[in-house]
Amino acid sequence: MINLELSAAHQETYNNLRMVAEHMMRPYSRKYDKEEHSYPKELEEVAKLLEGGGGAAKSSGKAKPDQEGVKNGGNLLSVSAYEALCWGDVGLMLSMPGRGLGNAAINAVGTPEQIKEFSKSYAAMCITEPGTGSDSANISTTAVLDGDHWVINGEKIYVTAGGRCDTLVVWATLDKSKGKAAIKSFIVRKGTPGCEVTRLEHKMGIRASDTAAISFSDCRIPRANLLGSEEVATDAEGRKKAFGGVMQTFDNTRPPVAAMAIGTARAALDMTREIIGHEGVELSFNKKPANSSALEAELYKMEAEWEGAKLLVQKAAWMADNGLPNSMEASMCKAKAGRMGNYVTLRCVELCQSLGYSENELLEKFARDSKIIDIFEGTQQIQQLIVARRLLGKSSTQLK
Amino acid sequence: MSNAAQQLFDLTPTDEQRMNRDTMQRFAAAEMRAQAKVADASHSTPDGFYDKSAELGLALLPIPEALGGAGVGHAPIANTLIIEDLAHGDMGLALGAISPLAFVNTVLDQGSDAQREHYLPRFCSGEFVPATTALIEAKATFDPSQLATTATRNAQGFSITGSKSMVPLGLDAELLLLIAELEGAGPAAFIVEGTPAGMTRSEEANMGLCTLQVASLQFDQMQLPASALLGDEEFDLQRFLDLSRIGICALAVGTCQAILEYVTEYVNEREAFGEPISHRQSVAFMVADIAIELEAMRLMTWRAASRAEQGLEFHQQAYLAKTFCGEHAMKIGTDGVQLLGGHGFCREHPVEMWYRHLRAIAILDGVASV
Repeated sequence: MINLELSAAHQETYNNLRMVAEHMMRPYSRKYDKEEHSYPKELEEVAKLLEGGGGAAKSSGKAKPDQEGVKNGGNLLSVSAYEALCWGDVGLMLSMPGRGLGNAAINAVGTPEQIKEFSKSYAAMCITEPGTGSDSANISTTAVLDGDHWVINGEKIYVTAGGRCDTLVVWATLDKSKGKAAIKSFIVRKGTPGCEVTRLEHKMGIRASDTAAISFSDCRIPRANLLGSEEVATDAEGRKKAFGGVMQTFDNTRPPVAAMAIGTARAALDMTREIIGHEGVELSFNKKPANSSALEAELYKMEAEWEGAKLLVQKAAWMADNGLPNSMEASMCKAKAGRMGNYVTLRCVELCQSLGYSENELLEKFARDSKIIDIFEGTQQIQQLIVARRLLGKSSTQLK
Repeated sequence: MSNAAQQLFDLTPTDEQRMNRDTMQRFAAAEMRAQAKVADASHSTPDGFYDKSAELGLALLPIPEALGGAGVGHAPIANTLIIEDLAHGDMGLALGAISPLAFVNTVLDQGSDAQREHYLPRFCSGEFVPATTALIEAKATFDPSQLATTATRNAQGFSITGSKSMVPLGLDAELLLLIAELEGAGPAAFIVEGTPAGMTRSEEANMGLCTLQVASLQFDQMQLPASALLGDEEFDLQRFLDLSRIGICALAVGTCQAILEYVTEYVNEREAFGEPISHRQSVAFMVADIAIELEAMRLMTWRAASRAEQGLEFHQQAYLAKTFCGEHAMKIGTDGVQLLGGHGFCREHPVEMWYRHLRAIAILDGVASV
């Protein structure tokens, strides 16, 4: 039955996490924006709370399938959780001790043994290299089998939480001449000899999040730490499938990343409506845009864009929960949420004028933070490319 | 209906809704899309279209079985899906075909028992009953809360003066739900039967919706009996507007879906510089964005409809859906023409007609109530 409201259990989790975001994250937003790279110790409490399920996941898995077998599971829950926490602060959310994008990858494609072994780890994701941004099929970090170990060599950049995490999921190629099919992901524990954090980036936004450059120099890891199959497919079908397996991670991670934009934009909208409310502008959701003041019309438009993006995110997550292939929808929601978040946060600064531009409020920070959400986990343009290829039935050689 | 709080997020139509969609989609393809271009060019509805549409039984769906209807009751989601699927055939014809349903829905929603019993059995005969709703007035800054059409009470009932524009089926409507300002009481709705003295109808010519007969109506001291006032209580204009906005959004969704499918096929077939134009990002990304915004339009419309169906507050969702559809449907309309270039500008292809239809989305109000 068509129903686009969250289940009671998920709504409760969302509400609880919004409280956490308001009281345990937001108060430190400005502090860690200023003190780039310093460890947000105040978040340890939040992380503990999340891990213990307090406030958050207590009722999470409990949304039972209905009579038709429809499920509201981990994917829908995670987009709600990301939205709620990013309403607090996206930079801090990305810095949550114990939680990283690598965990999602391990949980999505790991064997039961791997999931068990690394369930308590704080895993970051190492994909991008200095010479390859969106072109992740072209990475040149290598992994060579030597006895019972893989030996990894190469350099990775833009590793979110790369400084603070304890585990890395690293994309590397077994044989660059074999293209995409030879790209595999490997679990590397920090502290393994040869693995070194070489630099932390200075950024425009999400400054609380430590974005690291990490080098691998003859870094030896156990053979069992490869995620997925060791074999390199030789036929076209197999090659496609192999890289597809790696890319499949994105179907699970893009909706939550899109949800970061939903939370950040909601924060900006709430703050803007509060500020202009003090100046006597209230929204009635009544007048047609054309009969409203330009300010009201713009706020209505932003609310509408926000709602549309949020529903696309929920749809993609719902599909994942119900085992429906959602590659296109994951990219659709990431594209829409990414551009919506950037548009809304920037516009909120403009509408509040000098109040918005000032560091006295967080609006200017939201506007700096939002930009990266339209870039990481696949840029706006990469998402459009994926959606377009699916819609038009085009291969990557036809539609470049 | 089970408690909303127990429900899960779900985008699966019920089996009944799915079967209904098949029927609507087949009808839309055979009786609407195939006829629309000729009808648009000649500014006329295809012969026998409304009689055929009556076979779908749309207007009798919500009517209680006791009055001869199908007894489905208030079903905004089912109505939304019906409108979406019919608009995929043609937006103008869809608006005409569902105008009686909008009338019935509003009488069921806000009418008195006596009015339901008096007016609704007519819709259960299997024949098309031209009935419609009239809200819009010809004014650049038209605002539904500031109506210039006024009703004053008198000994015989009400005297109404003013005018309405963009009334679907306005020339032939035998039953009309007329929204006017009741002096001293606020907005009210009146059921007008036939053409009472003081009422005149004139055909409109608009940039689009030419497959549908749209009319302006003038009222010069038109006298209505006291029983014409809809409902026993104050007319809830906001609720009427919100339910209408959901229907108007569904019109936009169906039309934009037609555009998406049409341009997808076209850009793959059309070659330039030695390959299909879909191999160019500037073209392909435009198609991708059409799909993305269209899906957001659909989900927003469904959410408002689903909240209405569950008895949840849905005003804000309906407003936002209409705001979003008003803007993005037109963008999709103009991109649809753009993707076909000069060919899109010529009437050989339907995209220019959809462009003209879609300009109405942001303007329409008080029609297509679900």
